[in-house]
Amino acid sequence: MNILNLFVIIPMLTVGGILLTKDLKQSRLVSAIGMGFQLILSFVLVYLYLKERQAGNTAAMLFTYDALWFPSLNIHYALGVDGISAAMIALTGIVVFAGIFASWKMELLPREFFISLIILASGVFGFFISLDLFTMFLFYELAVIPMYLLIGIWGSGPKEYSAMKLTLMLMAGSAMLLVGLLGIYFFSSPDPHALTFNLIEISKAHIPIGMQRFLFPFTFIGFGILGALFPFHTWSPDGHASAPTAVSMLHAGVLMKLGGYGAFRVAIFLMPEAAHEQAWIFLILTAISVVYGAFSAIVQTDLKYINAYSSVSHCGLVLFAVLMMNQTAMNGAIVQMISHGLMTALFFALIGMIYGRTHTRLINEMGGLMKVIPFLGVVYVIAGLASLGLPGFSGFVAEMIIFVGSFQHTDLFHRVITIVAASSIVITAVYILRVVGTLLLGPIKNDHFLHLEDAKWYERISTITLVIAITAIGTAPYWLTDMINYSLVPIVQKLSSIQLTSLY
Amino acid sequence: MVALIPYITIAWLVPAFPLVGFLITSLAKNKLKHNQAGIIASTMVALSFITSVFLFFILNSSGQDSATLTLFNWVSAGDLKIPFAFLIDHLSLVMMLIITGIGALIHIYSIGYMHDDERVNSFFAQMNLFTFSMLLLVMGANYLILFIGWEGVGFCSYLLIGFWFKNPAFNYAARKAFVMNRIGDLGFILGIIMLFFTFKSVSFNEVFTQAATLQSGAPILTLITLLLLVGAVGKSAQIPLFTWLPDAMAGPTPVSALIHAATMVTAGIYMIARSSILYNLAPITSNVMIVLGLTTAIITAIVGLRQNDIKKVLAYSTVSQLGYMFLALGLGAYSAAIFHVTTHAFFKALLFLGAGSIIHAMGGEQDIRKMGGLRSKMPITFLTFLIATLAISGIPPFSGFFSKDLILTKAFETSPWLYAFALGGALITCFYMFRLFYLVFFGDQRLSSAHPHESPRVMTVPLLVLSVLSLFGGFLNIPALFGGNSGFENFLHKAVTSKESGEIHSATEIGLIIVSLSLLGIIILLAYRTYVKKSTVPAADGAPSSLIARIVAKKFYLDEIFAALIEKPFGRLSDFLFKSVEVKVLDSAVDGVGTLTSRLGSLVRRLQQGNISFYLFAMVAGILLFIIFILFV
Repeated sequence: MNILNLFVIIPMLTVGGILLTKDLKQSRLVSAIGMGFQLILSFVLVYLYLKERQAGNTAAMLFTYDALWFPSLNIHYALGVDGISAAMIALTGIVVFAGIFASWKMELLPREFFISLIILASGVFGFFISLDLFTMFLFYELAVIPMYLLIGIWGSGPKEYSAMKLTLMLMAGSAMLLVGLLGIYFFSSPDPHALTFNLIEISKAHIPIGMQRFLFPFTFIGFGILGALFPFHTWSPDGHASAPTAVSMLHAGVLMKLGGYGAFRVAIFLMPEAAHEQAWIFLILTAISVVYGAFSAIVQTDLKYINAYSSVSHCGLVLFAVLMMNQTAMNGAIVQMISHGLMTALFFALIGMIYGRTHTRLINEMGGLMKVIPFLGVVYVIAGLASLGLPGFSGFVAEMIIFVGSFQHTDLFHRVITIVAASSIVITAVYILRVVGTLLLGPIKNDHFLHLEDAKWYERISTITLVIAITAIGTAPYWLTDMINYSLVPIVQKLSSIQLTSLY
Repeated sequence: MVALIPYITIAWLVPAFPLVGFLITSLAKNKLKHNQAGIIASTMVALSFITSVFLFFILNSSGQDSATLTLFNWVSAGDLKIPFAFLIDHLSLVMMLIITGIGALIHIYSIGYMHDDERVNSFFAQMNLFTFSMLLLVMGANYLILFIGWEGVGFCSYLLIGFWFKNPAFNYAARKAFVMNRIGDLGFILGIIMLFFTFKSVSFNEVFTQAATLQSGAPILTLITLLLLVGAVGKSAQIPLFTWLPDAMAGPTPVSALIHAATMVTAGIYMIARSSILYNLAPITSNVMIVLGLTTAIITAIVGLRQNDIKKVLAYSTVSQLGYMFLALGLGAYSAAIFHVTTHAFFKALLFLGAGSIIHAMGGEQDIRKMGGLRSKMPITFLTFLIATLAISGIPPFSGFFSKDLILTKAFETSPWLYAFALGGALITCFYMFRLFYLVFFGDQRLSSAHPHESPRVMTVPLLVLSVLSLFGGFLNIPALFGGNSGFENFLHKAVTSKESGEIHSATEIGLIIVSLSLLGIIILLAYRTYVKKSTVPAADGAPSSLIARIVAKKFYLDEIFAALIEKPFGRLSDFLFKSVEVKVLDSAVDGVGTLTSRLGSLVRRLQQGNISFYLFAMVAGILLFIIFILFV
């Protein structure tokens, strides 16, 4: 049996298992076991992948599996992974696992909650292993739909508004995406009987440049909305703020990565000419995302909003790097996706844990928490350091590679825009230190906080898993960057061959 | 001759010891008992020191100039491939010896100083982490590893400045230090990226080999060196990014000694000396450094005249001395700069630890106006502080004389004006140092509530060791004038390439020394008359003073200028972006689309309100229209 099928089957089995459970204790146990398996499986996949590569397998996609499921439109259930998707799967495995433990005390409708959460997760897993654009799109929708319920039912604050806003904006993105994907399909081959949704086959064909010009913005913005592209990012702060902890973790941690991954795997890879032509517009938008998100984070007082805007900034950097379209920068983009996924999940987990204790998320109302909950405090500082790009944590590796890659463009436009984006490292330091300073240090503002309990065992599992991943990438990034590098070679070759032959 | 390669592999132990110490003291911080953390941490740094000494002898007897130890591949992305590697040469060894040697003394001293602190275990964990990062910084074989250490020390400094984090002012100081360093780091990181772009490598060996083929004054080199300089200006607290350093005195005093005097702030000097080949080819950058260094040296010395907090005085003197090091770097006298780093590490660590001993004795009081008469009560501190004061003032045969005189001579070789300004700064330094010294140790005790006493031996022994170093450290590099052979400079010569400069006549040189010494003598006497004979005590903070005095006391309003030029616009921009653009434009646009959709919905809804006659009317109208369409179109 193909290992990739398991990534869809295990969540399904888990959902089935949860249906049989009666209460919170049972359903969280089943979820933890299921997602624990999934986590192990993710790393087994990475291991098997590396072993195959070492054995000299040079195919672009490994562990491929193909089944035709809608013959008249030639839609396949086609699976396969390369180094990039394997890395993304590992990220998803970690974040989902940590998310289950962060929802250990979900009292309200626990079965339904865990079911929705795991459906969301299976959508994400399915997305990363799909090679067929249509199947990919289905999985994408599978991940987006449960969001509405998860925020609308288990959320907080103006949850109905936020759920509506988030879902509608993402649906608008999906609509654009659908136009883009169908367009790609219809122009995937000059022979009308050989049309295909298969990513690899389309990449070998050539979509007419006129169509590319039209389809690229649809596809890129469609994915970009999910990746919090300025000015379509406004769903993200409200959505994150209202979502329950695990949902914020999954959403910011992995769901937003579908945007970056899709923008790169589908929009740029399949339509390189249009990507080259239009990159400058989106580079400006993403550079704005990076700086704008960081500036907006400075004035926030709600922890979740701070992190949501910080995500806008960091995810902007992903799209920014992808648009630089060279191997170094794109490698940085993938590392940034993983790094941001891990640290933002950690942030949201911590915010949930702190909120569960203090019943407020406003930093002005808290202070001196380091003294009373040192474990959570230290982990919060670690997340902050990763976020502001301190060496030793994953964020630095990603940012460093991205900026080195971006500087390979010698023209003034790219130089200026890179410097603008790079200036975010100073702004990020400002808002992160501000939060750490007000929230954790200083005097304790409320006597009620003197008796808070530090992290419970399940909270420790959740946070330590993420911290280990962040530091592992930060201290020894070679294994990750090398794995990504290998798979980027064919993609970059395609991009650069275009660059030489046309346009400029 | 000893083969270098098999022995050099133990170099990884040097940073590994403090890292292990950090892991032990931080992970087991709730289990460690009294003093255990301090003993573990000090032992680890001492072990690093012993290893460094061993490496020193190995390198010396090998006859080789350097050795690279590659541990593993650190990153690979596209053509960016960077190994995790250490470069052991004369320059990195000097720095390693300073860091671990002085570091070990300060760790030991801290066992006594931090004895009663409830978070003493965290303190030692952070100190060890700092030592580890600083060692990475000086041992890294490429700019990236250097940068990793560079950021690491910046972060540890943030932690340690804000060590007593219950005080919001201390937190603010810590944050200010970090953000100002970050501004510098942005320049530094862009510089590293430009280096990679230009040379396709960031390893020292490769960059310098390739750079040597470039022409002097090549614009790309000027750009790179300027960007790197921005980083150095932040880390080594030069104008305009120096104001964080005096504020950094919020941390415990041993931290000030280790980080904000002896090691971290010299990282910028080290980095530029390490890149001497690049800087030799960038005359514009060198001139910028001369101007920056000299301005910083003089301005901060002037500010130091009006400070009354014992640690602030020392902080400004640090900035001022760093200015001299920059001056030396700008003059191309890299080994002179590193020599001053070395002697400065000795006497400044001694000054700070002495200050710590005083503060300890005074029950936490740091205002020199409230001290006085400590000479008899703290004899060891008095004696060691005197040695350090003489050393920093540049009185022979103390160590500071040799290093400062070397820089002054180099300045004279370039231009007598430079010499005059530099000497002026040195005279001011001498004055405020003796002002401090007299106010603290002479006269009567002015604060009656304190009961000063000599510190315990765990604190005084490091003081004594450092005072021996401050006293004799200068003999490492006795110039030819005094029959020496400039041993230190020759030693470093294998690692840094100093610019050749015109030799001056030894008679001139003697003349200069006589001039500066007699002026220094006058200054010391002047300070003696003012603060001991007349027992003047500086006015209280609120007392009326002249305009100039106020400007000096306010540090030339640099903090305010910085706030007005950077902080305020920065805040306003974020306010504008969020409150106007995000809320008023983007969010209302999104909500507007939503409202518009539901309005359109209610428009269409009017057509379907269940009125059968309207439906019939619509049906008939539709059929008619259809017929018309078929007939006429």
